[in-house]
Amino acid sequence: MIRVSHLTKTYKTGEIEVRALDDVSFEVKKGEFVAIMGPSGSGKSTLMHLLGALDIPTSGKYFLDGKNVADLDDDQLAEIRNEKIGFVFQAYNLLPRTTALKNVMVPMIYGDVPREERTKKARKYLEMVDLGDRLYHTSSQLSGGEQQRVAIARALSMNPSILLADEPTGNIATNQAVEIMKILDGLNQKGHTVVVITHENEIAECTKRIIYLRDGKLEKDEMNKHRRELSKITL
Amino acid sequence: MDYQELVLESFSTLALNKVRTGLAMLGVVIGIGSVIALVSLGQASQRLIEDQIKTLGSNLLTVSPGAQRSGGIRGAAGGGQTLTYDDAKAIITSPQITTVKKVSPEYSGREQIVAGRNNTNTQVVGVTPEYTEVRNTGVSSGFFISQQNLDGMSKVAVLGPQTALDLFGPPAGGGVDPVGKDIRIKGLTFRVVGITVSKGGSGFMNLDDRVFVPLTTAQKQLFGVDYLSSISIEVVNQDVMVEAQNQVGYLLLERHKLKDPAQADFSIMSQADIIGTATEVTGTFTTLLSGIAAISLMVGGIGIMNIMLVTVTERTREIGLRKALGAKKKIVNAQFLLEAVMVTFVGGLIGVVLGVGVAYALSRSMGLPFALSVPSILLAFGVSAAIGVLFGWYPAQKAANLAPIEALRYE
Repeated sequence: MIRVSHLTKTYKTGEIEVRALDDVSFEVKKGEFVAIMGPSGSGKSTLMHLLGALDIPTSGKYFLDGKNVADLDDDQLAEIRNEKIGFVFQAYNLLPRTTALKNVMVPMIYGDVPREERTKKARKYLEMVDLGDRLYHTSSQLSGGEQQRVAIARALSMNPSILLADEPTGNIATNQAVEIMKILDGLNQKGHTVVVITHENEIAECTKRIIYLRDGKLEKDEMNKHRRELSKITL
Repeated sequence: MDYQELVLESFSTLALNKVRTGLAMLGVVIGIGSVIALVSLGQASQRLIEDQIKTLGSNLLTVSPGAQRSGGIRGAAGGGQTLTYDDAKAIITSPQITTVKKVSPEYSGREQIVAGRNNTNTQVVGVTPEYTEVRNTGVSSGFFISQQNLDGMSKVAVLGPQTALDLFGPPAGGGVDPVGKDIRIKGLTFRVVGITVSKGGSGFMNLDDRVFVPLTTAQKQLFGVDYLSSISIEVVNQDVMVEAQNQVGYLLLERHKLKDPAQADFSIMSQADIIGTATEVTGTFTTLLSGIAAISLMVGGIGIMNIMLVTVTERTREIGLRKALGAKKKIVNAQFLLEAVMVTFVGGLIGVVLGVGVAYALSRSMGLPFALSVPSILLAFGVSAAIGVLFGWYPAQKAANLAPIEALRYE
């Protein structure tokens, strides 16, 4: 599903060359629930950009469903993002003054999904994240947790290969954060591959496997033996 | 890509910021509006002038005195004293001229005309009876200047309808019938014998504001001259205009004892020449004014580019998000370009309506015919859309080329 080998990314700021990601290799199989952990500056955002096909590596290879993403041009990357990756951002990034339904439809517009099917699917995914009664609310009329749920519905709309969540609970109150993690867990149980980027231990502990980054290098990659059972957390 | 969705989205984005969209549009509205208004006004006045010149009579040649030379000093063109009544008589009687039907010698000058307590300042034209046919003029009441009047140097006058109105008031509104009444020109009393038919026109070329008197009376008694201000010639038909021009030219050269046509002390113009000159003048004005209007259109376009650049900066995050969700370059480009084109196109539409309205109002108030030029309206639409593409291109490219991670990070 995902295979990165010797992935390296360097940024040049003036004279100084910063190696944000240094020779990182790992594999994620279909149906996994992975957390990428590390303190700030560890390179996890850079890794997320590369995994999300938002950027291309300086060297190394990134295979997504057997295709080397490192070789693609801008428009091909856009296509990959549209079809294979579902983004959930820390700041939700919904279109302002736009209804939940319309927000969920955006990727489907770019993916040429016919109009009727678009509406049907958007409705279905919003119902899946328990927002069936909020279809016509605009982002400013929704709470942080609700906005993130709209974002998850949007991420699911093109039925992507991986769900890439970048600090999905970073801006959200704790009780709603658990809700979001429960949704991600539920999606994983249905067979979705979920990758969560986080610096919070509690969030990482909800996943099945944790990859630790430090100073751009892969420090540790292990199965999570002390997994918090999300279904048992009650509020 | 669903283009209907793209249009709807652009529209709702523009509708969200009504004031800004409106102001951006205003530049194009004013630009297109003034181009349309000025072009149709220009065409209207051009048509007016052509019509008026045509009513002077077709197949018409006008001989004007050229610059007078005295001792190597060249005077003002048209101010010469080289044309005489005898020249006019020679043109009609000479056996070498075969293409001329009628000749009308004229002398005119501005004078103050008094009738009772009313007075007006107008053109007094000394004419012969041939004037009616050559200049296509008739009388609506009374008679025109006759051969007897001419021979007898009678003090009779024929008024243009406008002059009659100025001196005697409107016939319906209690005014008196001018025919049979007396008017005074330069202290001499003239009897009004007729009123000419209205030929229309207004302002500087009003053909209705004239007083006609016998040529002999005008030359000897009113102005004390022995030359003419012009000779109008009716040619037998339009096909021999050039030939007539040549025949008359050589006869006059001979009579004035000149060998070199370059030294001619007169000029002969046909209707086509006069229309051409007039058209050239109004055409130049139209071009000049349209040029100024085009500049304002350009400024409007720059205003749109400015607004679009601000919009792109403001919506950097949104652009980043759209790209992250799979929008390709050409789609982002199309979206911003479409917004710019929508603004200019709607602006162009309003501008055309406004321009036509202004042109209509102005032509009504100035007494000009109203000319609606469809090609210039279509051109205006084309230009306004083109301005949207031209000035929207750079901002749209800027948006399309934003790197998604930079754009998403942008605060």
